[in-house]
Amino acid sequence: MTNDTISLDQLTGWLTRFRDLVTEQVSYLTELDSAIGDADHGSNMTRGMDAVLEKIQASPVVAVDELFKGVGMTLVTSVGGASGPLYGTFFLRIGTSAGPVSTLDAPGLAAALRAGLGGVVARGKAEAGDKTMFDVLAPALDAFDADLVVFSDISSAARAAYSAAQAGRDATAPLIARKGRASYLGERSIGHIDPGAASTSLLFQALAEILDKE
Amino acid sequence: MKKLINSPETVLADSLIGVAAAHPELRVDHVNRIIYRTDPTRAGKVALLSGGGTGHEPLHGGFVGVGMLDAACAGAVFTSPTPDQMLEATKVVDSGAGVLHIVKNYTGDVMNFEMGAELAAAETGIEVAVVVVNDDVAVEDSTFTAGRRGVGTTVLLEKIAGAAAEEGRDLAAVTAVARQVNESGRSMGVALSSCTVPAAGKPTFELAEGEMEIGVGIHGEPGRRRVPLAGAAEVARLLVEPILADLDFTGAPTIVMVNGLGGTPLIELYVMYAEVRKILEAAGITVARSLVGNYITALDMAGCSVTILKADEDLLHLWDAPVNTAGLRWGI
Repeated sequence: MTNDTISLDQLTGWLTRFRDLVTEQVSYLTELDSAIGDADHGSNMTRGMDAVLEKIQASPVVAVDELFKGVGMTLVTSVGGASGPLYGTFFLRIGTSAGPVSTLDAPGLAAALRAGLGGVVARGKAEAGDKTMFDVLAPALDAFDADLVVFSDISSAARAAYSAAQAGRDATAPLIARKGRASYLGERSIGHIDPGAASTSLLFQALAEILDKE
Repeated sequence: MKKLINSPETVLADSLIGVAAAHPELRVDHVNRIIYRTDPTRAGKVALLSGGGTGHEPLHGGFVGVGMLDAACAGAVFTSPTPDQMLEATKVVDSGAGVLHIVKNYTGDVMNFEMGAELAAAETGIEVAVVVVNDDVAVEDSTFTAGRRGVGTTVLLEKIAGAAAEEGRDLAAVTAVARQVNESGRSMGVALSSCTVPAAGKPTFELAEGEMEIGVGIHGEPGRRRVPLAGAAEVARLLVEPILADLDFTGAPTIVMVNGLGGTPLIELYVMYAEVRKILEAAGITVARSLVGNYITALDMAGCSVTILKADEDLLHLWDAPVNTAGLRWGI
């Protein structure tokens, strides 16, 4: 069976699944962050996504832009550090790109995710190979787009994006960090997966899983 | 961990209650975690807003008051405040003359302040200018990192830009003074021991009994190298030489700060200051003003930092202007 759209309910399911995944992997994310950061990425993301789900439950929305603008602002105000503005801007831009609709078709989702990536780049000024979430986001979206051209199926595209995300995450290990606090470690950052890349990979795992459920 | 706290979770909230109780001249917004002057910004005066993670006291909240900051946003210990705080504070302190955001160069601080300024622009149209402080010469490869960190020069900048705003200069002029201070100030620090973040409960890094970390950051970031502990004269040399190698301080009056990182007694800071002065005199550098004490700290870290600012008549005039804050007070 092929899918060509993602509904507001599924998008909410995506965020819920992402919350569950960061909660399950909180110690893993924190462990990665202890090696090259300040050991709070797991708890920060869990706190942020808990706040997001609380907000969604407290005030249900009817449009995709409304959903993601709320998600973005909640993350910005509850996560702190660099992850708050980066994830916050990612979701804010997704909302702006999606507009006041209740369903996104595959190209619409691709465009929204692409706009989110644009927001992350504008905020963080990261480039490929800097050992950041960019190194997962960019290849995942490229894979999403490429798969969509061939199979025209949103679930298949999400699975392809998740594969690329995992590869991108693992490929951050040998890199020297050039952004954020990890960059002060220079060569001592080699050998560690970037925590932001790891949490971003969970975002694509959640998307693939939620679309496969249908 | 031995600390005078009720619990790691309530350190910031409890300390803000203490600040409000001790300083009737300050107003604390406990919900948004912002410290303001009690009196609203004088009409036509440029407002100065700073902030950052806490644990560096008296920076920034201790520098709110006449002649310095109008408000300071407090984040959790060593964690940037969030854009909603900067938006709220910007709206409160603006008197129509615009607001200067003073941001230390850390990835989280820069992004959160940037979003705060964007929200302020979108929502209110308040004119916001930004100066990012990046004076830590310990960071050598700034092209390949997040750049030089903002440390000691922040204190001097908040004092000098605050005086410029107090005497009625406009936003462009206050911003220009702030940029001049940042471009003319350099710092370098040394740790004799780690700090302990309350929420972490254990020291951020390990430092053996006979070791020191040269070039340490104010959150315990690694420095240039770890070397055997030496006498004050040698430590002063290790801190001052990289600063002098980075900028030519001759031919201008300088302002020199020896700053404690939180766990070093004042008597040792004066020992260090004496050694710093000897080195500067030998290098032909004129010291016009001095500041010795704990002004930008790293919780309970033992150690100190040296900041040298290449000044001119205008900066000295602004430095000498009256200031009345919890952390810095003269001429009033």
